[in-house]
Amino acid sequence: MGRYILRRLLISIPTLFVISAVLFTILALAPGDPMAQFALNPEVPPEVRERVKASLGLDQPLHIRYAKWIGGIVTGDFGFSFATRGPVTDLIVQRLPNTLLVLGVAYTISVLIAIPIGIISAVKRYSLFDYGATTLAFVGISVPTFFTGLLLIIVFAVKLKWFPFLYDSRVVVSDLNTLGQQIRQSIMPITVLTLFNAAQLTRYVRAEMLENLPQDYVRTARAKGLHERPVIARHVLRNSLIPVVTLIALGVPTIFTGAIITEQIFAIPGIGHLLVKSIFNTDTPVVLAITFLFAALVVFFNLVADVLYAVLDPRIRYS
Amino acid sequence: MATVTRPVATAPENVWATRPPRSLWGDAWRQFRRHRMAMAGLVVFLTLIVASLIGPYVYTVDPNTVDILSAFQGPSAAHPFGTDDVGRDVLARALLGGRISIAVGIAAMLVSILVGAFIGAMSGYFGKADGPLMRLTDMFLALPPLPLLMLIIFLFRDPLRAALGPVAGIFILVVGVIGFLTWMPVARLVRAAFLTLKQRDFVTAARSVGVNDSRLIFAHILPNALSPVLVAATLGVGAAIITESALSFLGLGFPPDEPTWGRLLFDAQSYIDFSPHLAIFPGLLIFLAVISINYIGDGLRDALDPRKTG
Amino acid sequence: MAATLAVSACAQQPSGGGATTAPGTQAPATTTRGAGGELRLVWWQGPTILNPHLSQGTKDYDAARPILEPLAAIGPDGKPVAMLAEEVPTQANGGVSSDGKTVTWKLKKGVKWSDGSDFTADDVVFTHKYMADAATAATTSGNTKNVESVTKVDATTVKVTFKAATVNPYQIFTGPQGMIIQQKQFQDFMGAKAKDAPGNTAPIGTGAYKLTQFKSNDVVTYEINTLYRDASKPYFKTVTLKTTAAADASARAVLQTGDADYAWNLQVPAATLKQMSEGGRGELVTSPSSNVERLLINRADPRAPGDARSEPNTKHPFFSDLNVRKAFAMATNRKAVADAVYAGLTGGPTCNIVEGVPAMTSKNTANMDVCKFDLAQANKLLDDAGWAKGADGIRAKGGVKMEVVFQTTVNAVRQATQAVIKADWEKLGVKVELKSIDAGVFFSSDVANPDTAAKFFADVEMFTNNSSEPDYQVYLANWITDEIPSKAKQWRGGNYERYSNPAYDALFKELTGTMDPAKRAELTIKMNDLLVSDVVVIPVIARTQPTSGKAKDLKGIKPNPWDSDLWNVFEWSK
Repeated sequence: MGRYILRRLLISIPTLFVISAVLFTILALAPGDPMAQFALNPEVPPEVRERVKASLGLDQPLHIRYAKWIGGIVTGDFGFSFATRGPVTDLIVQRLPNTLLVLGVAYTISVLIAIPIGIISAVKRYSLFDYGATTLAFVGISVPTFFTGLLLIIVFAVKLKWFPFLYDSRVVVSDLNTLGQQIRQSIMPITVLTLFNAAQLTRYVRAEMLENLPQDYVRTARAKGLHERPVIARHVLRNSLIPVVTLIALGVPTIFTGAIITEQIFAIPGIGHLLVKSIFNTDTPVVLAITFLFAALVVFFNLVADVLYAVLDPRIRYS
Repeated sequence: MATVTRPVATAPENVWATRPPRSLWGDAWRQFRRHRMAMAGLVVFLTLIVASLIGPYVYTVDPNTVDILSAFQGPSAAHPFGTDDVGRDVLARALLGGRISIAVGIAAMLVSILVGAFIGAMSGYFGKADGPLMRLTDMFLALPPLPLLMLIIFLFRDPLRAALGPVAGIFILVVGVIGFLTWMPVARLVRAAFLTLKQRDFVTAARSVGVNDSRLIFAHILPNALSPVLVAATLGVGAAIITESALSFLGLGFPPDEPTWGRLLFDAQSYIDFSPHLAIFPGLLIFLAVISINYIGDGLRDALDPRKTG
Repeated sequence: MAATLAVSACAQQPSGGGATTAPGTQAPATTTRGAGGELRLVWWQGPTILNPHLSQGTKDYDAARPILEPLAAIGPDGKPVAMLAEEVPTQANGGVSSDGKTVTWKLKKGVKWSDGSDFTADDVVFTHKYMADAATAATTSGNTKNVESVTKVDATTVKVTFKAATVNPYQIFTGPQGMIIQQKQFQDFMGAKAKDAPGNTAPIGTGAYKLTQFKSNDVVTYEINTLYRDASKPYFKTVTLKTTAAADASARAVLQTGDADYAWNLQVPAATLKQMSEGGRGELVTSPSSNVERLLINRADPRAPGDARSEPNTKHPFFSDLNVRKAFAMATNRKAVADAVYAGLTGGPTCNIVEGVPAMTSKNTANMDVCKFDLAQANKLLDDAGWAKGADGIRAKGGVKMEVVFQTTVNAVRQATQAVIKADWEKLGVKVELKSIDAGVFFSSDVANPDTAAKFFADVEMFTNNSSEPDYQVYLANWITDEIPSKAKQWRGGNYERYSNPAYDALFKELTGTMDPAKRAELTIKMNDLLVSDVVVIPVIARTQPTSGKAKDLKGIKPNPWDSDLWNVFEWSK
């Protein structure tokens, strides 16, 4: 096992290099112009726009720009943002806590909700509970997050005024009062994300449970006279949860992509919000840094998932 | 384990049976019909398809007629689903929009499932392929969708549009884009299932009697790994319908006046305060499509489940 | 609302720490420094930098404006209003030389930067040096291109010398691009080091407010600059400029929930704005502007094979015929667009390409054929031009079908406009294919991208353009032959229509040589009329200055199409 993990870690390095080259090429070739906002402004004529782009290093050939960028990454320097002209690292560090807070909480809650609902749904299949859970899950899946977010805002912030309409990133939790403020302003985004994540996860948990319920070992256990509850808890659950654990581990990086729309709707200054704004402003160094960090997370959590898998299911052997 | 007695494997040996021989699909269909929700799902889904195919010929109101004087009308006898911001009939647009939405949803899901299942199966079955294929999956997972989409439009929109016209060309582009950006979770799931299944007794047994690799993969292991794939497929249809609207928003999708359910829902958000009907109807249609596909998937899973055939 | 209560509660407190001297010396509306609480502003595009000379858009100019000031703002009437200048230099007061080549700015005396040091002519001279430095690559460097030199006469006098006589002596140090930065703070950060300047995100200024916190794309907070020269201002103790998710969120914040006192540029469908403003908390702020939403007609052939696409030497198969262009113009129902899409709120129908300054707005176009919506006449024009309807209802001539690709940016308002126009054009027997492109791509100068406005690989395109100053010379240059973009010119130039008319070029030349304002207005109108009657463009909507929203009790806002929304934020009060 130890050797397997070590080898996988070593393979990750060239993998990340390849990914970085692909990312860099895509972003360099993708259309966009950091000076597009000034396109029709006669006070910023084309030659000025070109000069600014040259000062941002955009006039150099692709491979040189890549070499400079990857050289910086190795030393922990992600370059400077076209928009703020400051280090990209500062921007990310400033925004990471907001993302981690809202998304971390949302993801944890959705896991905690999805597993029991999925299990009950599978065990009491075609019961009223199952139909209810299924219907709710599909509401969560078929209504896009931009829409659920909008509905929550209109109902709870505009009409009922229970929660603040604008997210205030300046709130620092230092006492009960600020804690309350933070909770109040986080409830809506967390709800939206939880609904969406839990809806999907429930379906997978339910499917895995159903897959294992009619297995022979379950029949055997039942035949031995074991009660339903311990059978489910000890046998079915354990086997069903193996792929679910993988899914949860694999899902961790996606909380960042899930964040994009939610942070956008609620204007939470997190990583997803930064990514969207940077894409639309063609602030390529920021986009690159975020996507590269995301890639590193994907690679890392895929490794975690594989290791977890091997630990939980002794039948699997990696060659 | 008893799993070796799958109907596929046993069918040829049933020559002595007094009953007429039963086919796998016949069995499956019998099983499927017993599943009430699956049948209901099938009826709803077929209705949606028929409505979007024939609907525009029966309900002949033109979906593109602008009538500013009757903008933002709620549902009425003249306009059962109401009218939009420039007075176009929402029902006519929803019927027409169903064609693209359902087609995009299913086609994109198929692309994503086929690619994902194939890569996942190869990766999980052949130890040697596992490393490279999973690293490829990692890479696709790591790609930033938005800039990638913009690059794809930039590279392929004009050639495809020139070759196939604005709607058919964009259809291929949209289906391709969604399919190739969403197969990764399927591949991971199938691979995970394969890793477990290939150690099971029935596989070992089959291999020991000389069943070759491709038959083992497609006839023996894959059917047992179908459950998560079906979930992914049903989730995928809904996601594809919604993603399509996001693509239009980036200027990648269909021409802006070509109605699709996702697009109608997307456009409705500006008017949600005073014209909720603009959002409710397309939203409901997406929901019906997704949930009916889910129940069909549920029924299929049961029907194809080798352990449940009685 | 709790927030509103808090504000009025603050208003009762005595102002802290500052000179509360003689109220009523300045404006009729007397204010006391710091009597108000927090002024809450919402912008849906987030500021990313506070150094206006490295800015990437209006949002950055706006966020810098409470801190930094130009020598003169451009007022709502298009005339300069002295800020750091003692008075606006004119020929009458001797500030502008009679040959129009030099301008002498007298600066206010005793002005201090918020760090306590003196504001002097050196700062102005330095600002020019910073803007003009090629290696710094300031986005405002376009303002320096006609400037020969900027020299210090004495501590509070600066002389600007232009390379040639100019009709606009205020082309540098005024408006959003003319903000003066502190020499001490920026002198070590020119050229390649410009990006390392701490002042980029924390400039020291002379304005009524100074920075307390800046989070890029999120929030900017300000507090009173206690050294500000007018002791009775500003009214608000603090200012917060918050970035919202989108224009509709801004609209809700100011019109529905009362979470904001002022919201910038509410680009929301007019019907929605109308409905929200009935909520009673806020109201819309708008003023006429030079923004005209227009349809550009391509004279070149966007379907020419290979590299010849939309090259100026190709000829559009049907738009090269004036009668066809006329037919399209007459089938464009601008009133319907105004009613349906702009709801008579954010714009009205127009048939002029020059709008905004009454003296320069043509009254002749109203009577022109091409400005009247007349489908029957439009159909007749096409019949007479030999474009006959085929079996499919589409007109064709000599094997060429009348098919039009109509492109614009992705924007709910524009897509609705497209739908209205398409419906009418199709009544002519024209096949119309709509296309929408992400604005960042559409307006990019990316040479490789096929979807830019300048490449114009379509038959018709639509967007809004305006004159950035109350004089239209720079704007009218967009239709001279020299400005035609082509592949060889890397698609640079503002004449996207590829319009080449010696008569227009001659008028433009005359305009550049004319100094008399009345004569200039006359020429401007003539050029406008030519562009409209020749159907180079089809003007559709005269848009109001980006409509903003304000809380009902907020006072002192002067909507201004020529300068930042916050140009007079020091005067705002409740």
